[in-house]
Amino acid sequence: MEYILLVSAFALATLRLATPLIFAAMGGLMSERSGVINLALEGFMLMGAFTGAVVGYYFESAWAGWFAAGAVGLMIGLLYAFFVIALKAEQVITGMAFNLLVMGLIPFLTKILFNSTGSTPSLLVDDRFTFEPTIMAIAMVGLIAWWLYKTRSGLWVLFAGEHPEALATSGVSPAKVRWMAVTLSGFIAAWGGASLSLFLASSYSPMMTSGRGYMALAALIFGKWKPIPALMACLFFAFVDALQMRLQGLHIGSFEVPVQFIQILPYVVTVVALAGFIGKSQAPKALGQELH
Amino acid sequence: MKRIFGFLLGLTLALLLTLFAGENPINIFMVLLRSAFGSTYDLGITLSYTTPLLFCGLSVAIAFHAGLFNIGAEGQLTMAVVTAAAIGVLFPNVPFPLAPLFAFFAAILVSGFWGWIVGMLRAYRGSHEVIITIMMNFIAAGLASWFTLHIIPSSDSQNPESAMVAPQYMFKDYDLIARFFPDTPANASLGVALVTAVLLWVFLWKTSWGYELRAAGTNPDAAHRAGISEKRWQIMAMAMAGALAGGVALSEVLGSAGQYRIGFSPDYGFIGIAVALMANNNPLGIIISAFLMGALHKGATDLDLETTTITRDFSRILQALIILGVTAQGYWAWIKHKRKKQ
Repeated sequence: MEYILLVSAFALATLRLATPLIFAAMGGLMSERSGVINLALEGFMLMGAFTGAVVGYYFESAWAGWFAAGAVGLMIGLLYAFFVIALKAEQVITGMAFNLLVMGLIPFLTKILFNSTGSTPSLLVDDRFTFEPTIMAIAMVGLIAWWLYKTRSGLWVLFAGEHPEALATSGVSPAKVRWMAVTLSGFIAAWGGASLSLFLASSYSPMMTSGRGYMALAALIFGKWKPIPALMACLFFAFVDALQMRLQGLHIGSFEVPVQFIQILPYVVTVVALAGFIGKSQAPKALGQELH
Repeated sequence: MKRIFGFLLGLTLALLLTLFAGENPINIFMVLLRSAFGSTYDLGITLSYTTPLLFCGLSVAIAFHAGLFNIGAEGQLTMAVVTAAAIGVLFPNVPFPLAPLFAFFAAILVSGFWGWIVGMLRAYRGSHEVIITIMMNFIAAGLASWFTLHIIPSSDSQNPESAMVAPQYMFKDYDLIARFFPDTPANASLGVALVTAVLLWVFLWKTSWGYELRAAGTNPDAAHRAGISEKRWQIMAMAMAGALAGGVALSEVLGSAGQYRIGFSPDYGFIGIAVALMANNNPLGIIISAFLMGALHKGATDLDLETTTITRDFSRILQALIILGVTAQGYWAWIKHKRKKQ
């Protein structure tokens, strides 16, 4: 009995921790399947986490924070699309610059709003989510899988990432499809951030994504840019993260394993996963290529 | 020319942002200028930021010439700085001229190794070097803080830092640059960084190895057919990138602080990306862009003291907008396109 409780508690923790990763990975999927590399996911998530926490705090409602995070995600996604599609900026560098920009802007805003150095005030327990984001995340994966493969506009996204010329020949502008996909990417990834500050924690704290945006991208590569395998990869990374939390303070005999060794576990697993197990992972053919 | 315009555009946008915090942008600009170059002391601090940025800029640039993005300079420099501190603490009896050399070479060997791992994974497993280097940054930070706090902890301070290295590891008695800028961390490693930049320029454009490296980066297929092993150069370039980022150990441990202080780096590795980008990955141009970024960083840290609303994180906004200004060269074409439509 005790064993069953332990396993189900662990499974629940894995699902909770997977939630932000799943949203971020689906955001990354939208952008990358349309042909745009997206390293700005970390920044999108931070912006979503911050907006969610601020609006959730002022309106005393997680849902208010959730939708505000989505709206701000749309805007930052649109801005990213503007840079990489309209201005043809280098995608990897622009992504890193967006992350840096957000890491600078948030302390700037918290100073103006709360006179604090980067954190937001805590939400009341009643104003937080209890389970909703996890359900939405999994539903989102199903929705995206269906939309990409079964609808006409979903196929446009796939073609924009594989054969933009073919898409253009059939009379659809690949640039417009990318604009839409990258903007949606911001929207979905921002929910990943909001699920950190409104669900896993109760406020925004500096750098609270701790690399999840990049891990989501790793999960995407691991899952060969497909929705369901990417979901599995997210669950796997979340499992390692849950394990990491459980293992802190672990003793082997009389030797206590240093906490830092345990904390780096998810990152080590990501490196090993990317280096070892995926075999040939085929990226969308036109990924990172500019449109002419 | 376009890069300079991009730089100025980014700077202007960042300054305009301060309007939202109720500040006067022109006033902020004057504060930036004054606190970067206002006195010998200020200039000394600016130069002490320039040195690590120069090393990191070169690190990003050499990887770029081989067709790779090195987002991992931060982790590589962390490994080097910890190694230098560890050598200085664990081997207190090495005599002077040998001691700093020993620590320095051990440092760049370890950081070179940290880059080499990424190069190997990239060349033989096809792993995405951007994500691998980012993960390696987190791993380096974890390992370094464990090592510092448990193997070589500082005995007389509560700060998260290592013990001091033995005195003969530091070259300050012979340091001419440090004498020009008393009471600042500026030191002779600036000279080493400048020489390294020039040597790297010679390597890239005047030697056949440099040619092979650039060929492997520009067109791997053609290079392969010409008998150049692109895999070997990917690995070499990442190892060299790691070693170059490791140069920070020289300025930080052996030149100024004498220890590893956790969190000493304001993300030098990431700012190095901007430094390399602004100079179009040209080692000689990196000298100038490292100095500019160093000055902006010094100026921005002083905004903390000089204004009530702007924190030192403002330097991140500055750097980000400058990177965007420089990389988004497409606005020329975009503006032209809009004009045509009208």
